[in-house]
Amino acid sequence: MLNIALPKGRLGEKVYGLFERAGFDCPAIREENRKLFFENEALGLRYFWVKPSDVAIYVERGAADIGVAGKDILLEYAPEVYELLDLGVGKCRMCVAGPKDFYDDMRRTLRVATKFSHIATEYYASLGRDIDVIPLNGSIELAPILGLSDVIVDIVETGATLRENDLAVLETIVPISARLIANKASYAFQNERIEAVVQGLAQEVQK
Amino acid sequence: MDLDKGILKNEETISLALRSLYARYGYVQYRMSRFEEYELYVSNKDFLISSDVITFTDTNGRLMALKPDVTLSIVRGARFEPGTVQKLYYDEAVYRTSSSARGFREIRQVGLECLGAVDDYAIGEVLLLAAQSLRRISAESALCVSHLGLVGAMLDALGFRGEARVRALKCIGEKNPHELGALCRENGVGDADAERLKALAQLCGAPEQVLPELERLGCERGAVEQLRRLTAMLRAGGVTDGLILDLSVLGDMRYYNGVAFRGFVRGVSASVLSGGQYDRLLGRMGKKGRAVGFACYLDLLERLTASGRGVDADVLLLYDERDAPERVAAAVRSLVGEGLSVSAQKAVPEKGVFGRVVRLSESGVDAHA
Repeated sequence: MLNIALPKGRLGEKVYGLFERAGFDCPAIREENRKLFFENEALGLRYFWVKPSDVAIYVERGAADIGVAGKDILLEYAPEVYELLDLGVGKCRMCVAGPKDFYDDMRRTLRVATKFSHIATEYYASLGRDIDVIPLNGSIELAPILGLSDVIVDIVETGATLRENDLAVLETIVPISARLIANKASYAFQNERIEAVVQGLAQEVQK
Repeated sequence: MDLDKGILKNEETISLALRSLYARYGYVQYRMSRFEEYELYVSNKDFLISSDVITFTDTNGRLMALKPDVTLSIVRGARFEPGTVQKLYYDEAVYRTSSSARGFREIRQVGLECLGAVDDYAIGEVLLLAAQSLRRISAESALCVSHLGLVGAMLDALGFRGEARVRALKCIGEKNPHELGALCRENGVGDADAERLKALAQLCGAPEQVLPELERLGCERGAVEQLRRLTAMLRAGGVTDGLILDLSVLGDMRYYNGVAFRGFVRGVSASVLSGGQYDRLLGRMGKKGRAVGFACYLDLLERLTASGRGVDADVLLLYDERDAPERVAAAVRSLVGEGLSVSAQKAVPEKGVFGRVVRLSESGVDAHA
């Protein structure tokens, strides 16, 4: 049985569509119920929905053989997994954003509010810029408006929230999209099955 | 000695099996102190799996560390004798942090090191012992072997230097073809060469399938030949399945060179064995010769066996203050003589689990109501 962890929500449903069209379908997943996992015994597949930020943990710890996680999660938590395919969905950018007229006063430590402490730290370390990371879990855009931080590091999809709050993208750190990941032990033991999924999905992505 | 193996933890049984295996091939046990001078780790921090080290100041003022690694200590004490190979094995606790656990942990590690005039026979022997170690850990295992010389040569030929090389190695280690492709474009690598590099990162399979692919990709011939020779030795040594050539298995090239390998067993999500050739570490530490070795991480094997709700003892023998100690001792002796485990108590422990409960009586032992 190949265990597949998908992220709950719109992205997960889009991703499942890719699996389905590639021939790795599981009709039970489309049924309305409160089940947590779904099996297609004939194909030897078991899908389960998990919180998007948990997919990488399920895969790294081997509870799932493969899964789909955003590049933001992979960069933030650096799990020990293979990153086999860019699925080209869930596209957005990891950005530095702040007031439109922001001036970076290099004499002061830059205060950065973010959900992605590791990504922010790595990015500014690469620039040699001293920062004070302010870890937040939501409504990150509020931080520079209320003076809690100078800038934010966050995911930007359309930029509408930023615009509505008089903020703007100052820098793009890295483009983000959904990636197919695999547990390293599973890849050794179920190589042919996982590669078949990779090939099937790669064809769908190219369409 | 009459040893009840049922009482051993999985990692203890495996440790005994591995030590006996290594001793049979002429490896000598290396014993070391729990402490090392911190200086040893400072100068080779990147060689460590985790750079966090527990330190303390010794009574003589020297800064010491609880050892986070065994190999550095072995290399420091190694003496080069031309034509000979120093063959050592160890079973030691190391202290380090892991990405998955907060704080430091004590980790039991069993492994071996070969230092000195290491040749292809010695490397083959170490690989064979790695495969046999995995077999002793689990009936279903996979030994994934790579060659850093081969990967390094391709990166050199494509002009990857400095930061770009570090990023390329990361992508190869992740089997990440999309970002490897983007990196190739950034560095002006042509499409055909980029495809070769991506194909190299993706290679994973039995030697009989992968070796012809390596030739087709125009990989460095010496490295391909060495892999062919070593995998043939493994086949001849009885490693018929679970042998995989996987070029994404890498190590820090400032320390490692030549073969690198990683072992997996079914049921454990991370590699339980890792090793490789580390001639460059010897060079950095001012030692002559070459070196190859591996370590098995026994802490990961805890969950290999099913956790059964066992019993604290087969029999709980209840007695009271009126019973003479000699009578209690005789009853315990009698039950132990029957091959049972016995816990003698005056009351039933609240959370105790026992096969049966008996009470000491005038006539011997009676079932407890």
